Amino acid sequence: MTAAVSTTDPTRLRAHEMARALRAGQLSARELTEAHLGLIERQDRAMNAWSFVDREGAVEAATQADERFDGARRAGPEGLDALPPLLGVPVALKDLVLQRGRPATAGSRILQGFVSPYDAHITERLAAAGAVVLGRTNMDEFAMGSSTEFSAWGPTGNPWDLGRVPGGSSGGSAAAVAAFHAPLGIGTDTGGSIRQPAALTGTVGLKPTYGRVSRYGIVAFASSLDQIGPFGRDVRDAAMLLSVLAGRDERDSTSADIPVPDYAAELPQSDEEGAASLHGVRLGLPRQYFVAGMEPDVEARVREAVDVLGQCGAEIVEVDLPHTDYGLATYYIIAPAEASANLARYDGIRYGSAARDGDVLGDYLATRGGGFGTEVKRRIMLGTYALSAGYYDAYYLKAQKVRTLIKRDFDRAFESVDALVAPTSPTVAFPFGARLSDPVSMYLSDACTLPVNMAGLPGLSVPCGLSNGLPVGLQFIGAAWDERRLFRLGRAYEAITASADWRALEPADLPALDDPSTPSPAERSSAGRAALDSAAAAV
Amino acid sequence: MSGAEAPAATRYEAVIGIEIHVQLRTLSKMFCGCSADVASAPPNSLTCPVCLGLPGALPVINREAVRHVLATGLAIGSRILDITRWDRKNYFYPDLPKGYQISQYDLPLASGGSLAFDTSQGPTSVSIRRAHLEEDTARLIHQVDPDGRRVSLVDFNRSGLPLMEIVTEPDIRSAEAARRYAEELRLLLLTIGASDAALENGQMRVEANVSLRPVGQSAFGTRVEVKNMNSFRSVERAIGFEIARQARALDAGETLVQETRGWDDGRAMTYRMRIKEDSDDYRYFPEPDLPPLRTDPAWLETIRMGLPELPATRRARYQASLGLTPYDAAVIVGDQGATRLFENTLAADPSLPAKKVANWVTGEYLRLVKPGGSRGDGEGGGADGAAGAGTGGAAGGRSGSELRVQPAELAHLVRAVETRKLSGTNAKEVFRRHAETGESIARIVASTGLQQISDETALREAVRAVLEAHPAAVADVRAGKGQAVGFLTGQVMKQTRGQADPTLVQALLRDALAESQD
Ligand SMILES: [Zn+2]
Repeated sequence: MTAAVSTTDPTRLRAHEMARALRAGQLSARELTEAHLGLIERQDRAMNAWSFVDREGAVEAATQADERFDGARRAGPEGLDALPPLLGVPVALKDLVLQRGRPATAGSRILQGFVSPYDAHITERLAAAGAVVLGRTNMDEFAMGSSTEFSAWGPTGNPWDLGRVPGGSSGGSAAAVAAFHAPLGIGTDTGGSIRQPAALTGTVGLKPTYGRVSRYGIVAFASSLDQIGPFGRDVRDAAMLLSVLAGRDERDSTSADIPVPDYAAELPQSDEEGAASLHGVRLGLPRQYFVAGMEPDVEARVREAVDVLGQCGAEIVEVDLPHTDYGLATYYIIAPAEASANLARYDGIRYGSAARDGDVLGDYLATRGGGFGTEVKRRIMLGTYALSAGYYDAYYLKAQKVRTLIKRDFDRAFESVDALVAPTSPTVAFPFGARLSDPVSMYLSDACTLPVNMAGLPGLSVPCGLSNGLPVGLQFIGAAWDERRLFRLGRAYEAITASADWRALEPADLPALDDPSTPSPAERSSAGRAALDSAAAAV
Repeated sequence: MSGAEAPAATRYEAVIGIEIHVQLRTLSKMFCGCSADVASAPPNSLTCPVCLGLPGALPVINREAVRHVLATGLAIGSRILDITRWDRKNYFYPDLPKGYQISQYDLPLASGGSLAFDTSQGPTSVSIRRAHLEEDTARLIHQVDPDGRRVSLVDFNRSGLPLMEIVTEPDIRSAEAARRYAEELRLLLLTIGASDAALENGQMRVEANVSLRPVGQSAFGTRVEVKNMNSFRSVERAIGFEIARQARALDAGETLVQETRGWDDGRAMTYRMRIKEDSDDYRYFPEPDLPPLRTDPAWLETIRMGLPELPATRRARYQASLGLTPYDAAVIVGDQGATRLFENTLAADPSLPAKKVANWVTGEYLRLVKPGGSRGDGEGGGADGAAGAGTGGAAGGRSGSELRVQPAELAHLVRAVETRKLSGTNAKEVFRRHAETGESIARIVASTGLQQISDETALREAVRAVLEAHPAAVADVRAGKGQAVGFLTGQVMKQTRGQADPTLVQALLRDALAESQD
């Protein structure tokens, strides 16, 4: 573990501090962007968090931001106030957020070479907010996975331990934010894909209420579960970014027309204020979220965090979410079912790697057989099976009914508590290859997060300490549209633990990123896999 | 029809169900903002991420398309559910960009209903199972490229156009009734403005499920799906052929297979397209990108109030209140232009006898629109030639909109004939000129001098001259040869260039002959 480095390095600032420094003229957007691009270009070989670095686009956006700052400064204080909130602040996009004229592969070989002809809604929002897109981050193929190992472009290393995964599927964004390659990141969360990597990388990640952020222009995995959300290195940054992303979009019929508060402005300002905000808050601790297979040290960190919240004035009550156990099974029917349809368009007719085999059926088989990875094929088969005639009622329909029961559990809980507090992930970051041979063990990574997607609720993961030097995440779960309360709770927790020793620590493997002898994640991963294979052979 | 059909009809009963897809009349596509006016657009010029099925694109419902289906449902007496749903119908094909079609599975916008119409066997009615909304596919064009390779091109302009699918119960028992059902449905859709429903350009696509069973048996026989029928005439011919083909096969002891057959109009036969080994599994499931569709009762009521008079109601009214024959009522209602002209002419002069106006509309007007006769769809057709294909696109004829007939002027013309200011023959000529030029009846009559001479003094002079010029004929009349009166009348008409009132001429002739005899 290393101590905090010099404060003159602009990449070490939080996004809201960058925004302030840019506005004050202490820093130029160009300078800030170059600092990040420099880090990425120097270090990403050892981490592989980025699938596409848009140096040209980023520098151009930063240059324009500087011109706008200059113009605004000439116009006086009002001019600066009128500037958008993220002007000149860098951001990392998960590789499934479409940006006009830029590639987007969703971690899949089948979309290799695809250049989007249009902007996602949130890409437009980010541009309007002045953000500088640095590029696109690595992810599990089509967001199916919890480790980023299922990317066609190789796994991503966790900056806390480069031999371990950063979680997934938004592992690239999480690792990039943790390693100071970007102050802000965009992820998507279908079953935990923002919160779990946030927990495993010691960053803050929020999965918003379903319908809070438009899905237009986001490569779909499971349409009724997907949500887009922010990563940041603190709650304020994540809150600031959600205000930019959220809101009704006519092009997404499932996006809600519910006013979006200025989340960051509504946060407690000082640590004292943050601590005081916990008074009288009722927090539910769901018994069922301390699952079998949970690492004792992870459970210990989470219970300690809950105790601290209680000591600072929050009322902690145990609650029951009795259908939690069915979450995993139902999720693995509904999400693959939707995915099996969403991924049908990758047929080789229009884009992606098209294999020509003479006849249409042959083309489909060759394109999809060669273009999709193992996990994606597994889910397509699961989903296709669940929807097939004769099985639909027993699987898909029943899963939808159970989904309603899971939703009802939460509704009942929120009758008596303001929010729930729970672990984000049952374990810390695991080594490459540890769960590849056993899909169910991989699926269990999301046991504490996916019921929240099933119910369409918001969930926030904040760091709550370390277990053997690896970050542990604390999850706050709110009622629908109650992101505001989650951010306030997260901020309050930051406030009451502001002086904790672990808060001063940076990811332990940051120095290794600068060491040219450090193996790449792909090299580590195949070595790990080979060791695993020989171990399996020995048994 | 085939000689086998008559005996088959006595041994077997045909069981026919019809599925009709119609493109709805909307400005934009079903789930995106692209223009729906694809008729003359260059290939792939009317596309966007949504109708190309690009990653990340999401559908947004076209309210106008929903309105058309609800209006259709109300017009056929369907149940309209408060909440309906969209479903994904999954299958792979190069014309289907998303790999699924957004459709409606178990909760269609309109359930049940019926459509009544006449056939040569009398009035009948077909039960309708459902009407739902979905999106059209792209169009595949198969060509040979400059290197001689067979290639398939995809035009996505059609992709995502709003389609309504209307499915009947297997209620139909003859090829003629199938044709008449399709014609009547088209008329209904035109009347309520839901679709332009032209078969020849694919706006309306008719598919028939045809099976036979021995008379008296209730179990259904093996079903064959018939496609590619591009006119009402081919609907009747294809189904008629299929009934005869299946009857021959059954008579020969063959087992029919469940298959899809196409109609080849040139060879006048159906041919095998593919065999359905087992039922297709489309793995329908609710479309997660669209919330359930709630039909606001107030909106539904507004749609109901906005429905025009429907064809069946109109035909009944023409007969009951206006005294038209069933034939005239059917011919007028069967053609939108004719209906408008009839209604507006009567409105222009409510004192006109409706029957006379009807004669003008079904006779002279439709003769100009469809020179081949008042049936739009050729020979071999419906019970009484009633419905026709409308004036919208009848081949060889003129569209009603090219004619410049003004209802007020037609009213004028009918009135002139009624008051004997114009002879029937000349009136037809005046009408023709009016229809061509749009000039007023009064001006045409004045400029051509075609007004009828009903002035007795002037006519008496003409009669006297004719009698003097034709003494032999006069002698014949006196000798009791009555037909000579006709000859003399003709001579008077000739002298007056047809303008004389023939009834008056005959009366004056008789008077003159009687006088000179005394
Ligand atoms: Zn479009």
